[in-house]
Amino acid sequence: MTISQMLTTRATAAVDVTRAARSSKLSAVALLIAVAVLTALPFLVFSTVTDTLVNLFVLVALASMWNLLAGFGGLVSVGQQAYIGIGAYSVIALADLGVQPYLAVPLAALTCAVFALPTSWPAFRLRGDYFAVGTWVIAEVYRLLVVRVDSLGGGSGKGLTGLSGIDQVLRGALTYWVALALALATIAGCYLLLRGRLGLSLMAVRDEETAASSAGIDVRRAKQVVYLVSAVGCGAAGGVITVSSLSVNPDAIFSVQWSAYMIFIVVIGGIGSIEGPLIGAVVFFGLQQLLSDYGSWYLVLLGAIGIAAALRLPRGLWGLVRDRTGLSLFPVGYFVQKRDSDVVS
Amino acid sequence: MAPPLLHLDGVTKSFGKVTVARELTLSVQPGEALGIVGPNGAGKSSLFAMISGDLRPDSGAVWLAGREVTAVPAHARTRAGVGRTYQVPRPFEHLTVFENVLVCAHQGAGLKGRQAWTHSMDVLDGTGLAALANTPAGRLTLLQRKRLEVARAIGTAPRLLLLDEVAGGLTEPEVLELVEVVRRLHAEGLGIVWIEHVVHALVRTVGRMVCLAGGDVVADGEPIAVLADPKVRELYLGGGPETGLLDEEGS
Repeated sequence: MTISQMLTTRATAAVDVTRAARSSKLSAVALLIAVAVLTALPFLVFSTVTDTLVNLFVLVALASMWNLLAGFGGLVSVGQQAYIGIGAYSVIALADLGVQPYLAVPLAALTCAVFALPTSWPAFRLRGDYFAVGTWVIAEVYRLLVVRVDSLGGGSGKGLTGLSGIDQVLRGALTYWVALALALATIAGCYLLLRGRLGLSLMAVRDEETAASSAGIDVRRAKQVVYLVSAVGCGAAGGVITVSSLSVNPDAIFSVQWSAYMIFIVVIGGIGSIEGPLIGAVVFFGLQQLLSDYGSWYLVLLGAIGIAAALRLPRGLWGLVRDRTGLSLFPVGYFVQKRDSDVVS
Repeated sequence: MAPPLLHLDGVTKSFGKVTVARELTLSVQPGEALGIVGPNGAGKSSLFAMISGDLRPDSGAVWLAGREVTAVPAHARTRAGVGRTYQVPRPFEHLTVFENVLVCAHQGAGLKGRQAWTHSMDVLDGTGLAALANTPAGRLTLLQRKRLEVARAIGTAPRLLLLDEVAGGLTEPEVLELVEVVRRLHAEGLGIVWIEHVVHALVRTVGRMVCLAGGDVVADGEPIAVLADPKVRELYLGGGPETGLLDEEGS
């Protein structure tokens, strides 16, 4: 008999708890339609459109992973490009060994998990700002290690082998589907992770770390899980970047610019929700397409928008939508429906 | 004889020159309710932090129901049966009241699924928060936040409940409501250690009182006797912190 059972003399009535908001049934249908349209897109439009969308899907995946890390684990990393790079180079190396490049993408993600676990040991000794700087340094160390390996092309990078036999149109479509699958997998992964018991713990850690540990949550382990998942997602994204660009350059793939993109997207979209990075990525992608002709003004504008969003919209665009409408595309909360014994207390 | 629920054995802790616990030895029996009083800076909250695992003592040992837990981290002590509240409430602001308690039921009490839901709702019933189950914790008033602290601590299904000034800042009727909640928990056999400045709330609830000052036990015994102790009166009731300040300036 638990204490709570003794706590009340009233007979315990059945608690009815639902996980889905009313609006989410409608939004689920809308999402399914969107996914169906996106899947069919290579048959409907020119390959220039689908090739561009690959970039959007990569951004969605990266931003979702950074959001998981910073928005739920409180781990503000500036070094996720380490796993983008390791993922990208893993695809190159596996393809050299004869693995089909598309199949190498999930394997590259696993490789990142292998690297992320030992990396987390020194990184987790650092807190706050030091963690941010430390992760950046770690990413640089990985870049310096990679350029020393001659079989990976050294400092000048390397081309991807193993895709030359495939027809160009088919290859474009396959790359598009792999990128779409990556984006969907990261969103679905975040949703499933956050919906479970571990997810509720992560949200508690996000809100109050000290209270979380006295609630019985192993905060360090929770962060480690998030760090590993995020590394896997970024690694897969790095792999997709490689099969899309057909080559890898160490300076570009290990560039801190990736972290800047991820942070920008999550800040304007809304940190700490699944929907935020999704909206943020679409907005960022739109800005990229619109402003790409303006040269360096493009970066100035992006910076100004980022600052404005951070100041005026602390919960991002999605926070604005959610507060106005109460909408939830990916309900991870618990809603107590009713209790037969509801007594006015 | 069963081992004490909580046993502190010669616990010492200093922050630089400030000693918050000096060779402190203290036991709480199963089902006992112990009140702790003492002036500000007496080491009361640090004592809780050492019991709950947020703080590691410099020397000495902490025993929980016959098991040494000095090196056990906070989350594992919660799972072993220590439930604590914080003096300044620390709710999970973006979670609902129900989710705040549910996460404690999952992780602290090790419950799953429907069992965890029922447990959480029962706790909310017992602490008068049931009607607010779906309210985000960030929107709660001070009394509700203090209750949520208690609810979360009970949500972990503790054997030992540590209450840190849960009555501070509340109005008189609110204090009485809270006392009622704590008395009921104690009546159900929960061991309680309660730090409180609102002394009359303590006297109504606990069977034993300890006065701490400068990391030492000044008095230990029946509440009325402890409060009547001349040393306690001088430290805690007669000479308030203001007087102490004046003395320091004078010397």
